[in-house]
Amino acid sequence: MRLIFMEIVIQPKKKVRIDWKELWNYRELFYYFTWRDIKVRYKQTLIGAGWAIIQPFATMVVFTLFFNKVAGIKSGAVPYAIFSYTGLLFWNYFASAFGQVSNSLVGNQGVITKIYFPRIIIPASATLLGVVDFFFASVVFAGLTIYYHITPGLEGLLMIIPMLVLSIITALGTGIFFASLNVKYRDVRAIVPFIIQIGLFLTPVIYPVSLIPHKYQWLLSLNPMSSVINTMRSGLLHQGSINWAQLGISVLSACVFLWIGLTYFKRTERQFADII
Amino acid sequence: MSQPVIEVKKLSKMYHIGHERKGMKGTATFRDALLGVAKKPIELLTGHRLKKEEFWALKDINFNINQGDIVGIIGKNGSGKSTLLKILSRIVEPTKGEVIIRGKVASLLEVGTGFHPELTGRENILLNGAILGMKKREVRGKFDEIVAFSEVEKFLDTPVKFYSSGMYVRLAFAVAAHLEPEILIVDEVLAVGDAAFQKKSLSKMSSVAREGRTVLFVSHNISAVQNLCTRAILLRDGSIQAEGPTPVVVRKYAESIAAAAEQPLKERKDRQGNGKVIFTDCQSLSSPRRALKLKLSYLNTTGKNIDDIKISVAIKDQRGETMANLTNTVLDQRIELDKKEGGIYLNIEEVNLASGEYYLDFFLASDDQNSEIFDLVEGGARIEIDNRDFYDTEKQPPTSAIALFDFTYHQDKA
Repeated sequence: MRLIFMEIVIQPKKKVRIDWKELWNYRELFYYFTWRDIKVRYKQTLIGAGWAIIQPFATMVVFTLFFNKVAGIKSGAVPYAIFSYTGLLFWNYFASAFGQVSNSLVGNQGVITKIYFPRIIIPASATLLGVVDFFFASVVFAGLTIYYHITPGLEGLLMIIPMLVLSIITALGTGIFFASLNVKYRDVRAIVPFIIQIGLFLTPVIYPVSLIPHKYQWLLSLNPMSSVINTMRSGLLHQGSINWAQLGISVLSACVFLWIGLTYFKRTERQFADII
Repeated sequence: MSQPVIEVKKLSKMYHIGHERKGMKGTATFRDALLGVAKKPIELLTGHRLKKEEFWALKDINFNINQGDIVGIIGKNGSGKSTLLKILSRIVEPTKGEVIIRGKVASLLEVGTGFHPELTGRENILLNGAILGMKKREVRGKFDEIVAFSEVEKFLDTPVKFYSSGMYVRLAFAVAAHLEPEILIVDEVLAVGDAAFQKKSLSKMSSVAREGRTVLFVSHNISAVQNLCTRAILLRDGSIQAEGPTPVVVRKYAESIAAAAEQPLKERKDRQGNGKVIFTDCQSLSSPRRALKLKLSYLNTTGKNIDDIKISVAIKDQRGETMANLTNTVLDQRIELDKKEGGIYLNIEEVNLASGEYYLDFFLASDDQNSEIFDLVEGGARIEIDNRDFYDTEKQPPTSAIALFDFTYHQDKA
C-alpha cells in the first residue's frame, strides 16, 4: 500500500499565520513568478533593459535642470546630478515595486481563482522585478562617480545591500496592504499612482533633508525610504555621517508597515478567490 | 482497511449576493463601504439588520472517496459542482464543515492556468508545470514527453499568443497530463479541443485511473462519466441527490431532467442569467413532417426595447450530449425584443435526428460587448421526435444512428 505522506484538512477560518514549511515547498514557484515577470517585461521592447538606465538618467537631467538650476535647490558639496540620482536610484525601486506589488493579486486573478498555492508568493515575487532594474541603474551611478571624481565611502558601499533590503521590506509591507485592498476595492488602482506622486515629495529625493527644520527631521524618518536615501547620501557621497538613530526608527517603522500589511493580507487572503 | 483518501463532512458554502453585484460580478467600491459604515448606526438604532441576501451554494455535503475510486460528479449548471471542486482544490474556503484529503492532490479546473501569451511554448511549459506543483526536475525530466504529446514541437520557441486555440489547448493539456498526483481533480477541461484530442485526453485520464490513482471528475457530459467512472455523485441545488454506482446515478439524473422539463417554463427556478428577460413558454406548433416549429415566449422586465440579442436553442439527447445548437448570430439574423413581452419563432426545416426524446436548452443574451446573459434554462423543454417515417417509405431507419441524411444510391447500369 502506498504510504500517505500528506494530509490536508480544509476548514473554515484557518489560523492567521504564515506556514513557512509550505512556503519552502513552493519556493520554486516564487522563482518562476519572478522569472516570468522579468521575461515578459523585456519581450517586444526595442532596447529592453536600456529603459532601466534611460528612465532614471533622464529624470535626473530634468530634476537637475528644474530643481537645481531654476528653483535653486542646493545639494551641498556634491553636484546636484549625482545627489538626485542617488535618491532616484532607491526611490524608483520603491515606486516600481510598490506599484507592482499592489497590482499583483488582481493582475494574477486567473491563477488565483484556478489553482492553490500560498498566495503570499505573488506579492513577494513582485518585489524582485524592480531589483533587476535597480542593478542596471546602479551602473549609471558608478559612471557618475567616475565622471564627478567621487570615491564612494566604504561604509556606503557596505550599506547598499542592507538599504536595498530595507526598501524591499517597505515596498512589500505597504504594497501588500494595498494589494489586498485592491482585491475588494478597485479604487486602489487610482490611489496608488497618487501615493507614489505624493511620496516623491515626502521623501528627500529632490531636496536634501537639511532643508527641513532640525526638530522635524525625525518625522521624516518614519518614512523608511527617507532614511534609505539619507544613509546612502551620507555613505556614498560623504554628506555627513550616517544617522543611525534615524535609521533605527526607519527600520522599526518598515517592520510595522510589513506587520500591518501581512496581517491585513492574511485576514483577507481566504476570501480572495471569492471576491476577486 | 485504509482510510478514505477524501472525506467530506458537513460541507457548506455560503455566498452573499448583493444586488449590485448580480449584473456585473461587481467589485465593491469605497463608496459602498462608506455607505455600509453609515448604515451601521441605523441598524443598531432600529435593532434590525438590513439583510444581505444569502445564497447557499453547497448545503451539508457528506461523502467519502476511497483510493483508486474514479468518481464522477454530475448535476446541472448551478448545482454546486464547481463550488465543491473549488473547495476541494483549496481555492475557496468552506463556510462550514471540513474536508480531509490524504495524499498529493493536483486539480485541473482549467487547462493552461497561468499561461502567459508573451512567453514561448517552452517557457510556458516550465511556468505552468511549476504552477501546477511540479518540481523543476520533474518538468525537465518529462519535457520531451510533454512536447511529443502536445504535437507542437515546431512552435516551441514561438510565443503562445501566436498559437491557434487548438495548439494552445494541446500544449496546456500536455503539461497537465504529465502531473503525477495521487488524487486528481478535474473539471470539464476535457470538453475542449477537437474530437481527436478529446479522445486522446480521455484515454489519458483512464490510464491515470488504471494506475490506482483516485480521480474526481466533474462533467456535464454524461457519456464521459459513464465511460470513465465507477461511482457517481449527483448534485442538485447544493445538496447530494444521489450517490452510488454510475448507471444508477445517471438514471436518477435523467429522471430529474425529465421531471424538471415537465414544469412550466415560467416557473422554473433552476435558471441562470440576470433574469432581466426570461423565457416564459415554449410551444410546439403543428408542423409538417420532418419539420419542427417552436414558439418561444419571453417577458422583458427592463421596460425598454432591446435591439440586438443572441438567442440559441440547443438540442440534447438524453445523455446530455449536444446534437445541435441553433444560434441566430451565425445566420447574421438580428432579433429585437419588445419592451414588454413577445414571441420568437424557431423554424427547423428538417430535424435530422433519430426518433426519440430530446431536451432543449434555451439561452438568451445581449449581443453587444457586455454580452449580458439574460436567461439560460437547461432542459427547458422535452420534445419527442418521431422520424420513424423520415424516408417516406414506411420503413424505420436504423435506431442506432443519431443523424438522418437525405441520400440516394445509384449504380452503373450494366
